[in-house]
Amino acid sequence: MRPLDRRHLIGLETLPVSEIRALLDGARDHAAWLEGGAVKGDSLRARLVLLGFFESSTRTRVSFEAAAKRLSADTITLGSAGSSLDKGESLLDTAWTLESIGADCLIVRHPRSGAPADLARRLSRMALVNGGDGSREHPTQALLDLFTMVRHGLEPEGLRVAVIGDVTHSRVARSNLYALTALGATVAVCGPATMIPAGLEQLARRPGRVEVVERLDDALAGAAAVIVLRLQRERQEQGLLPSLSEYARLYQITPERLAHASPGALVLHPGPMNRGVEIDSRVADGPRSVIREQVTAGMAVRCAVLERACGVGAWADGGPRREAALQEAGR
Amino acid sequence: MKNTSALILANARIVDPVAGTDRGRMLAEVRIEGDRIVEVGSRVTRRPEDRVEDLAGAALAPAFFDPHVHLREPGDPHKETIESGAAAAAAGGFSDVAAMPNTRPALDEAFRVRGVIARGREVARARVHVIASCTLGLAGERLTEMAALREAGALAFSDDGRPVAEAARMRRALEWARGLGAVVVTHAEDASLKGEGVMSEGATATRLGLLGIPEAAETVAVARDLELAALTGARLHVAHVSTARAVGMIREAKRRGVAVTAETAPHYLAFTDEDVARLGTSAKMNPPLRTAADRAALVAAVADGTIDCLATDHAPHAVDEKMQPFADAPFGVVGLETALAAAITLLHKAAGMPLATVIERLTHGPRRAFGLASHGVFPGAPADLTAFDPDAEWTVDPDQFRSLGRATPFAGATLTGRVLGTWVEGREVFRAAAPAAVPALARAR
Repeated sequence: MRPLDRRHLIGLETLPVSEIRALLDGARDHAAWLEGGAVKGDSLRARLVLLGFFESSTRTRVSFEAAAKRLSADTITLGSAGSSLDKGESLLDTAWTLESIGADCLIVRHPRSGAPADLARRLSRMALVNGGDGSREHPTQALLDLFTMVRHGLEPEGLRVAVIGDVTHSRVARSNLYALTALGATVAVCGPATMIPAGLEQLARRPGRVEVVERLDDALAGAAAVIVLRLQRERQEQGLLPSLSEYARLYQITPERLAHASPGALVLHPGPMNRGVEIDSRVADGPRSVIREQVTAGMAVRCAVLERACGVGAWADGGPRREAALQEAGR
Repeated sequence: MKNTSALILANARIVDPVAGTDRGRMLAEVRIEGDRIVEVGSRVTRRPEDRVEDLAGAALAPAFFDPHVHLREPGDPHKETIESGAAAAAAGGFSDVAAMPNTRPALDEAFRVRGVIARGREVARARVHVIASCTLGLAGERLTEMAALREAGALAFSDDGRPVAEAARMRRALEWARGLGAVVVTHAEDASLKGEGVMSEGATATRLGLLGIPEAAETVAVARDLELAALTGARLHVAHVSTARAVGMIREAKRRGVAVTAETAPHYLAFTDEDVARLGTSAKMNPPLRTAADRAALVAAVADGTIDCLATDHAPHAVDEKMQPFADAPFGVVGLETALAAAITLLHKAAGMPLATVIERLTHGPRRAFGLASHGVFPGAPADLTAFDPDAEWTVDPDQFRSLGRATPFAGATLTGRVLGTWVEGREVFRAAAPAAVPALARAR
């Protein structure tokens, strides 16, 4: 794989640490002006950014589109309903069409694991950004989680982060495991045995570690941040849990349970939340919750990701991040 | 008046698994009249009108039998046809293949079985046998008319691809088949444990965000069917064994005297679930690729005979079907045209099995399991023969396949062992393009 050639962002499983850090630095720069009241940047002027959301999404789609527009890109959003995919065209044919139209970047959200990676291998010009694929990866979500933690003074190295809930079906959990462990954190994972996939420990990137923990209190013990995963209600019909209240009894993050975590531990949730199921409203709206900040952080992270994808700003040829990344790749 | 014009295969290294012989560099000649071998020796009778093929030191063995292929006809001629599948078989050195009944419609009635066999005769490449379904429409409910199907030529019975879910139904199928002396082939997989899984459960599936198929999906079903075979006394054949645990159970059942035989496919001897990350849908098949320990146990089981034979589970699909995202792409890969090379590479070259034993697992092994007469290379035997160069290296290029299917995990791999020619009843049904034959010639001299 030569990720630098086309600046795809498919996942964090193999993305070099220098690239992760460069994206966090980029997000920091964007956060400064986004939050400082500046209306618009122009680094993506005359760039065409397409949003292919072949699975329902509100926050990720809006966040990407808003980020692209804030950087003055032209954007077009497609969904599977009403698109040629609806007429039976394959995803690859659709992508080739979009590439031929002259798009600089395609953001893909797809219900099938691996679809963006398959596409990226077959594109020649257009950069591909993964907006979430099946249960595999959601790199921008993990980057914005990381960015949120860093802004709260949590440096990942040596940090203990708890990830709680349905990991089997969670791309957010996987991308977070990769990013956090790559930067040296220990991730304690806890959830019902029916939703913890086999061999999870082996997903850790060096130098970090993944621990699968049986009891919630043990997973929370010493955690500086808690990432609460969304529980899809259909898991009950699939027989993975007897009832939502049984789940809540064992795994809901309440103020009492949170007391086991480090003092001042942050609570993150990728949204949308099921209040009263995986998270107690007193926690969701409480002083340790950074859930709304995550959304703001998402804008900054996606600005950086789009600039990298289009090779502009700090990622333009000769730009500092491009140079740093090339050096890393050359090592 | 008898036509005495004969075919003489000269300079052949005869590998005869029935006799257990591999004559090594002692080259021999084989004289074929009509559909029979009439003479084997260092120098056979030659008449002026005879045709002589110089095998230039290539190996000559009884042609192979693959008891597990999917020919997709009727129903899906875009995936494969009897014609393309039988041609692929001939190119792989097979004189015989057994087609599974999960076509559309299923091969569950006598006239359909007759139809497939007749079409096989018409295309006249490898001989096509039929494994008819155990239950109507492979629905796992009403038993098929096995006696009528047998009369129509069905070789055995199986609900391959859609294993009989209900234990009691499987028992009845075994009992009915037993009365007919027929083999029941089980696709041993518990459908509920398989669930929506698309590859073996483990770290690789977790990494790829794909739902896993646990080992227990196979072992639970193998345990059940071995117990039912013991209960009924029927002849059970376990298809495509993929786990070490299942091997252990089969070994133990054989020791107890259960009438069971088993097969595995070359891809399970070569790859593991970790390879799925690299190979994508070309490594998506059912059962899935398992761990390195499973792979090693399967190689050992083929060597010690716990697994009686190799079967390709040749399961062609159209290219665009296999290009879908992993979870959507159909299960199945092709195998007929790489089977010999994969077997030689993995079992003979890598694992040190004698060549004659490897060939046994492609000839005598499967024939005995399915009650077909075994034949060697001796006077009076049918002239179903395969010539191959056991030392020729080649790189698998699916675009050269006769099969319409292109997906194989062996694509791009360099394998050792190449089929040079295949004869069925003395008739040439396949001959390799010239360049492959030249190195054999050069080496033999």
